[in-house]
Amino acid sequence: MSEKTQNTAVDEAAGATAETGGRAPSRRALLGWGGAGLALGAVAAGGAVAAVRTESDAVPAADSGAAVPFHGPHQAGIATAVQDRLHFAAFDVTTKDRAELIALLKEWTRAAERMTAGHAVGDGAYGGLAQAPPDDTGEALGLKPSRLTLTIGFGPSLFAKGRFGLEDRRPESLVDLPKFPGDNLDTARSGGDLCVQACADDPQVAVHAIRNLARIGMGRTAIRWSQLGFGKTSSTTPDAQTPRNMMGFKDGTRNISGTDTAALDKHVWVGEKDKAGWMTGGSYLVARRIRMHIETWDRAPLQEQEDVFGRDKGEGAPVGKSKERDEPFLKAMLPTAHVRLAHPDSNDGATILRRGYSFTDGTDGLGRLDAGLFFLAYQRDVRKAFIPLQRRLAAHDALNQYIQHVGSAHFAVPPGVRDKDDWWGRALFS
Amino acid sequence: MRAVRFSVATAAATVAALTAVTGCAQKSDGKGDGALQVVAKDDACELSKKKLPAGHVELAVQNKGSKVTEVYVLFPDDRIAAERENIGPGTKATITAEVKAGSYNVVCKPGMKGEGIRQQIEVTGGSVAKRSPEMDKAVAEYRTYVQAQADETLPKAKKFTDAVAAGDIEAAKKIYADSRLGWERTEPVAESFGDIDPKVDLREDGLEDGQKWTGWHRLEKALWHDKKLGAEEKALAPVLYKDLLDWQKRVGTAEITPTSMANGAKELLDEVATGKVTGEEERYSHTDLIDFKGNVEGAEKSYELLKPIASKNDAALTATLDKRFAELNTLLDKYRKDKSSYEFTSYEKVGKADRKELSDAVNALAEPLSKLAAAVTK
Repeated sequence: MSEKTQNTAVDEAAGATAETGGRAPSRRALLGWGGAGLALGAVAAGGAVAAVRTESDAVPAADSGAAVPFHGPHQAGIATAVQDRLHFAAFDVTTKDRAELIALLKEWTRAAERMTAGHAVGDGAYGGLAQAPPDDTGEALGLKPSRLTLTIGFGPSLFAKGRFGLEDRRPESLVDLPKFPGDNLDTARSGGDLCVQACADDPQVAVHAIRNLARIGMGRTAIRWSQLGFGKTSSTTPDAQTPRNMMGFKDGTRNISGTDTAALDKHVWVGEKDKAGWMTGGSYLVARRIRMHIETWDRAPLQEQEDVFGRDKGEGAPVGKSKERDEPFLKAMLPTAHVRLAHPDSNDGATILRRGYSFTDGTDGLGRLDAGLFFLAYQRDVRKAFIPLQRRLAAHDALNQYIQHVGSAHFAVPPGVRDKDDWWGRALFS
Repeated sequence: MRAVRFSVATAAATVAALTAVTGCAQKSDGKGDGALQVVAKDDACELSKKKLPAGHVELAVQNKGSKVTEVYVLFPDDRIAAERENIGPGTKATITAEVKAGSYNVVCKPGMKGEGIRQQIEVTGGSVAKRSPEMDKAVAEYRTYVQAQADETLPKAKKFTDAVAAGDIEAAKKIYADSRLGWERTEPVAESFGDIDPKVDLREDGLEDGQKWTGWHRLEKALWHDKKLGAEEKALAPVLYKDLLDWQKRVGTAEITPTSMANGAKELLDEVATGKVTGEEERYSHTDLIDFKGNVEGAEKSYELLKPIASKNDAALTATLDKRFAELNTLLDKYRKDKSSYEFTSYEKVGKADRKELSDAVNALAEPLSKLAAAVTK
């Protein structure tokens, strides 16, 4: 990704805010926080952001391999400056015992605290009993924290009647997603009682985190599906260059900034006014595995490609404009243009915070690249954000001939872990 | 079949050493000065001393009884350190062994039957890992179990190999899975003899260049895939029986420790996780669930024997293990109509989602089981 950014594509849709980009930014600016003001903003946003700089000559978090604070009013990994790599896992809870589930969440929280700080799990990866397997799997030894964030979510199925006595606690907003036209969902890549999103600048750090949580969970949870991602497809750092998606287009020009507390409060965090009880301070996550028909896309004429998006490929400028960040004139775009359909102005202002990643899982046996966008979007209520937006896109988006949604999940992402005594989901279970 | 477990190297070395030494000893005629004099009678096993220095030990045996006898030197867990069979009345024999410090039993077995007459001796000097009496008890009981499994397997193996040799496909198919059960229950011990496992339990894809494929799975393929027994298969049947006989004879000499028992239990689950859950083990007969059950039973046996020790050190762990064993067994029971039989659903009929459920249950048990060794040695 050297000099350019990469990014998300398919989601310009969601009305994102922009990342700027423009002029040959350095890799550093790309990956980390661009300026001191951002770091301040981050703190203001609730500690969910890289705690980066201590000196006047700010060191971007990505380069420093810094640790992102785990504790705070909101979970890290949402407004946090988007890291380069992802390992996302959805789990089935296999135990029927509520106490065991709670014990697991506590153990996970303690492990997450350690791993996000760059420490090994438990008693570490070596030095213990020779006859016993070590607590930590060890592949992250010697690596920096790499801005690892771990973010947990609870799926609708966790609240099912007769499971853990949570049926009355299921948030109204945690709806079962409707079937959208064109969906070709694989149940083996959809749903899940729990999810953990691991983001880090080093893929090994992200994989290590999920692997260790999965191991701790065995007997109580089992991985249902997981997804690796690279090349963030939208960022929450508007000063950085906008990344590009696998279709080669800049993605996330208007994504919500991780420092824009007003926008976050309005569109992302569940607020007091929502009367959502234990979910106050949390958010709702939609995860969609969007397969791209890469080969046919690559054969599409440039004009068609640009028409499909409603932006030009090189600069990312909206139709009829010259700069990426110029305000788009939606009516100049085709009615089926992705950006036009996804823009907040076409959706009563609906806005989501995207932090999706590109993926490629090799080829599919027919020699086709199994690649696309692993779409992750956070919002305050999917009924007002993702669902109407996706309905519109599924029905009209010109991009649909080049993509297919093959996996889908929806999670209630609880508020942050306050301190060393708090744990993921405490408010839900108490 | 997996790589070697337990300390094969040690076990193999011990066997080699004993063999070599025994060879010398026969020449020495039992006249060594430092020898432990053993006088075997019909009702006694008299020793000239009860304390010996570690290292090269020689036993000069005199059979003063009226019956043919045999004499063993046994580790506290009943593993054979050295032995000599067929010592006729009025004759002498010498037994030698390399022994480390610790307690041993010298056993005379007049008539070569029964438990024999035991005398405890102490070997001092050098250093050995301390083992508590309850650990020795666990190991000794497990050794008995392992031997019993081998002993019970042989008649079934005979039935199987006889059927194959006679060209009776149906009879052979019927007894095939059952003939493997004892082996599956004690696989890690069997595999500690690096040479037996590749002869009896190798799958076709495990063959090295130029290696001849023998054993159960070779015959499995003939029975279920080729659906015929040619001259070659018929000739391989007695070879399998002979190799299993070798296992039965040697299994008592395997090196077994409390930690190898604990890790052996986990390894049995590993066998399930890598071979049975995928359906690779019994790819022609699809009898994987029977092997699966055998592996779990063997693991459970090790665990039950170690539990008194482990529960003192880590009660939470043993509580979890009790629960997970029960859960896995309950899940397995879904695949058989009669809980007293080993007739399980053919694995090809077990769907993808059910296989995942089985796999998750195996992980659920194997993960805490991997902590058993630590709980035992704590």
